[in-house]
Amino acid sequence: MTGGEVSPAPFGDLVATAAAAGRLVVQPRMGMADPVDMRAGLTAVRAARAATVGTITLDSYTRCDAHDEVRRAMAGEGRLNGYPIVFHGGATTRAMVDSVRAEGAEPFGVQVRHGSAAPERIFAAIAEAGLDATEGGPLSYCLPYSRVPVAEAVASWARCCEDFAASAGPGRRPHLETFGGCMLGQMCPPGLLVAISVLEAIFFARHGLRSVSLSYAQQTHEEQDREALAALRVLAAEHLTGLDWHVVVYAYMGVYPNTVSGAMRLLGDAARLAVRGGAARLIVKTAVEAYRIPTVAENITALEHAARAAEAAGGPGGTVPDTGVLAEARALVEAVLDLDPDLDRALVVAVERGLLDVPYCLHPDNRGRTRAHLDGDGRLRWSDTGALPLPHGSAVRAASRFGSADFQRALSYVARRYDAPVPIT
Amino acid sequence: MEMASARENPAGGRPEVILSSTRSDSHTWNLIYIQLFLEEHGYRVTNLGACVPLDMLAEKCAAARPALIVISSVNGHGYLDGADVVRHLRGIPSLRETPMVIGGKLGIASGDPKAAAGLLAAGFDGVFSDAPEDLAAFGAFLRDLPGRSTVDSPCPPVRPGEVLSAVTA
Repeated sequence: MTGGEVSPAPFGDLVATAAAAGRLVVQPRMGMADPVDMRAGLTAVRAARAATVGTITLDSYTRCDAHDEVRRAMAGEGRLNGYPIVFHGGATTRAMVDSVRAEGAEPFGVQVRHGSAAPERIFAAIAEAGLDATEGGPLSYCLPYSRVPVAEAVASWARCCEDFAASAGPGRRPHLETFGGCMLGQMCPPGLLVAISVLEAIFFARHGLRSVSLSYAQQTHEEQDREALAALRVLAAEHLTGLDWHVVVYAYMGVYPNTVSGAMRLLGDAARLAVRGGAARLIVKTAVEAYRIPTVAENITALEHAARAAEAAGGPGGTVPDTGVLAEARALVEAVLDLDPDLDRALVVAVERGLLDVPYCLHPDNRGRTRAHLDGDGRLRWSDTGALPLPHGSAVRAASRFGSADFQRALSYVARRYDAPVPIT
Repeated sequence: MEMASARENPAGGRPEVILSSTRSDSHTWNLIYIQLFLEEHGYRVTNLGACVPLDMLAEKCAAARPALIVISSVNGHGYLDGADVVRHLRGIPSLRETPMVIGGKLGIASGDPKAAAGLLAAGFDGVFSDAPEDLAAFGAFLRDLPGRSTVDSPCPPVRPGEVLSAVTA
């Protein structure tokens, strides 16, 4: 740990304080190459009329350790799509964040978001900059976006977690969020998303983290999503005793509505889902999600829209039908934990054997036998559970032979529903 | 291991297609969709997935000698990356006559006919955008490939051997 500066309030505490005051924390995705622009973005987020956390999203080259490409872009040969934290170095990033924090009376949390299967250099840069919160996981940043072997990603994330956890000290409690509640963003039945999110949180805890959050991405059916959030909270409470934890919801991560009104309605529903489901934080999407990277102003609009929707949503609660999401998630978590007392090894074996098998995931290590579809109500259902340790009957046939046209319809289901002036039945 | 073909059949009778993205493209939904589409057109699909290094693609194609190679890319770098891919693959003697096509969102803006012509000149047999009419054209291309003909085809296909003899005559 470097420096003798006073640390800001730990990330987990900031979220807990907002939750105690009945306020949903809302957060954007945002990353600019130039620290001047990044600082302006963080300042705008801090000043928004909402309880916010600032985000530093890293560029794609930094995520893949393509540091020569970063240097060429920063020398003027192109534009980066995020903040190159390794390139800028700890002092620049630390000064940037400190200056944003100095402007406000309230503590301001900042989280680094990336998507790297082997993030050693990123974690080193985060520590150098004195930042205390980031996200990812050994499976969730490996299977969807990379060809890095799972065994390698697990080993890398184990090292990063331990170094990150070791940076704890007076007033500093490093925080890690699982990305496992998202995976490919669409077409994964909630039981598996909840299981991966929980397993990654346990992985973080086993490697020394004491403050974590568990993600769940909004899917196609509000009741099914609320059931999933309830399951996530039950399993987190069972497996993360003694840890500070909260749940974070991601506004829909699949094909987004084309209309502004559709996009904002979907975001409002995500905020309501987060509040009703007992989540403490929401990562928003903007009106232009289907088209391009948003401007800072568009992000602020989204943050404030989500905050207003959350305020109007009341509080957590309301029961939803038990369709078996908790039982499914629990079966998956326990099957993996039972494989080996060493969770690092258990995760690798679980993927190898197809005990964790993400539908439509093309990573070479993913078994690829599971399939999912949307039923007549828009709920995500298994059409093939492959080698998942689930009871017979967990899979149901899709109504029609699930070919390319049905698949396309399933991918665009949420977008079409929210873009339609009248709900599609 | 590549995604298991959704309609698994014994290997006999269904020609193999190798489906791949480019080295810079991490998107996968397009690959799933095109795999289903190819299976509906009677192929057995080996789906290499996203972020495929050129060497790996070449090695798999040279080893498998598939009936067709399909490159699908949606990150806007397809015109650039596709040129590298086809030149590399056509440099492999056993793949010189293999049908190869590329499709998707190949540039930053909508379809660029000049860039598409460049890819054809570089060695692709077909270049398709992600517009619905191009998908229909892709379907027609698949139906007209040698070995895929039915009595309804307007023109009987030419077998690869015959073309090769003519070229080397």
